Amino acid sequence: MDADRRTLLRSLAAAALVVGVSMLGAIPIARGLVQRLRPPGALGEKEFLAACIKCGQCVQVCPVEAIVLADAWDGFGLGAPYVDARAQACDFSCDAVQCILACPSGALSHALNAKEQVRMGFARLDRPDLCLARLGQGFKGVAREVGLHRYSEVDRWNPIPIAKHPYDLPLCDLCVRECPIEGAIRLDPLGDDPLDPRRTPVVTDRCVGCGMCEMICPTEPAAIVIDLPKEAKA
Amino acid sequence: MSGLRGMLGWAPHRPTPEEMSPEARDLLQHKRSPAERDRRKAAIKAEKQAPPAHRPVWRNRRWLSIALVNLMFVASFQFDIQLVEGALTASRFVGFHMADLNSALQVMLAYKTVVINLVIGTTTVLLMWLLLGGRSFCSWVCPYHLVAELAEMLHLKLGMRDHPMHRGMRTALWLVFSALAVITGYTVFETISPVGILSRALIYGGGVALVWVGALLLFEIFYTRRFWCRYACPIGLTYGLVGTVSPIKVAYDAEACLHEGECRQVCLVPHVLHMTRMGHNAEVKMDIGADCTRCGLCIDACPTGALKFRIKGLEARS
Repeated sequence: MDADRRTLLRSLAAAALVVGVSMLGAIPIARGLVQRLRPPGALGEKEFLAACIKCGQCVQVCPVEAIVLADAWDGFGLGAPYVDARAQACDFSCDAVQCILACPSGALSHALNAKEQVRMGFARLDRPDLCLARLGQGFKGVAREVGLHRYSEVDRWNPIPIAKHPYDLPLCDLCVRECPIEGAIRLDPLGDDPLDPRRTPVVTDRCVGCGMCEMICPTEPAAIVIDLPKEAKA
Repeated sequence: MSGLRGMLGWAPHRPTPEEMSPEARDLLQHKRSPAERDRRKAAIKAEKQAPPAHRPVWRNRRWLSIALVNLMFVASFQFDIQLVEGALTASRFVGFHMADLNSALQVMLAYKTVVINLVIGTTTVLLMWLLLGGRSFCSWVCPYHLVAELAEMLHLKLGMRDHPMHRGMRTALWLVFSALAVITGYTVFETISPVGILSRALIYGGGVALVWVGALLLFEIFYTRRFWCRYACPIGLTYGLVGTVSPIKVAYDAEACLHEGECRQVCLVPHVLHMTRMGHNAEVKMDIGADCTRCGLCIDACPTGALKFRIKGLEARS
């Protein structure tokens, strides 16, 4: 076999390997392993991954560093941003939607300009058995060891660690109290007895899925979690 | 346009005597005369006996440039100074949109929508590299280029045998990845782009994706010298196309050349230096082709100053 032929075969093999490795990225997507809460304004999952240029400018502008970039386990989603709400939710500390304004490729759609228009997901009471309000219990102490949150009454401009803001509540209403969207979640009485202290969180259609309730929920695991929009699960 | 053909993968073409300019023909005739041959031999002998001090001037400048540009990205995020936000795939430089041409291409092919900010960013970057030399992106900015240079040093130091590939492979990969973006609707190339992976790792912290970059480097150390930059990277080809019309060139002067081939030994893309072989230059003075990354290694290596940077249209007329 002459040298030219060998070189050609070697090149074909190398090129096939490079393309093959890149196509491994299809596996986590096809198997539905990539279930991510995307930043505010994200297009539908398929379009989002196409439009995202994987630069992380959204990461840079977020004042609570809620946005992180995916690793190779996300396949074609490598380098695309997501929010791990339990670790650090989007609490709209930025007052607007800075990540949307930062996005250079329209993956976070400029069609939105207020936090109330965002639809990242939808909160759901996943473990009603754990919910302190449903048990009629209060909450005293530090809600979470992780996470930043902007408490307007503490510092209007800067988020602080949740661990530095202990609570003393006769009935736990953290998810309602810290929700950044007005009217997105409320506590309703559990029974007809006016003396019964038990309440249950009710999520309304104003919920934007920012994950603040999931982050602040002091039970382990969180009683309330964020479901992804249906199209993301396709 | 022989430079363009060479970049896409064709073998360099040796000019026939008819294709050579009369001056180049005369020079070749002159160089082949016994007296000139002896003079050249003597000059090479003298050079071997007392080698000129080799100072990697351009390499050091480039390494500084790569370090500074990438540190600017890192510092912008770490210290929140908003100088250049984002990563090499797309960024804002003091507020102005910048988008890597290849990344933007992948996005537009996958998303099938023209995003205005991306067009602005792409145009800015296009104009910038049009002025600065096209593939100078590779050798002056790309962080993978830097680590690949270190891997190359190791490859040479260990005396590994090189397994060259066909240069047409990069053109094929460029087309395949463009097609894959259209067909799958995902930015498939970004999944393995060592440039994006490294840039993001520097700025936001690394992950398992770095294993791929490590594998590429190992492949380059032990098997094929400069595999990625030389034979594979579609980004290099994209910027190479920009470089075809860039005024910044490495210029060759056959009159000063002793045809020792030291330039070709250090070059990332030696096919662009084919004219430095005796009798391969169609003109006496020629510009190096578009695939050239303007890295300056050949300029540092050339003992006679036959290779120099030039900016077309800016030099004094002779």
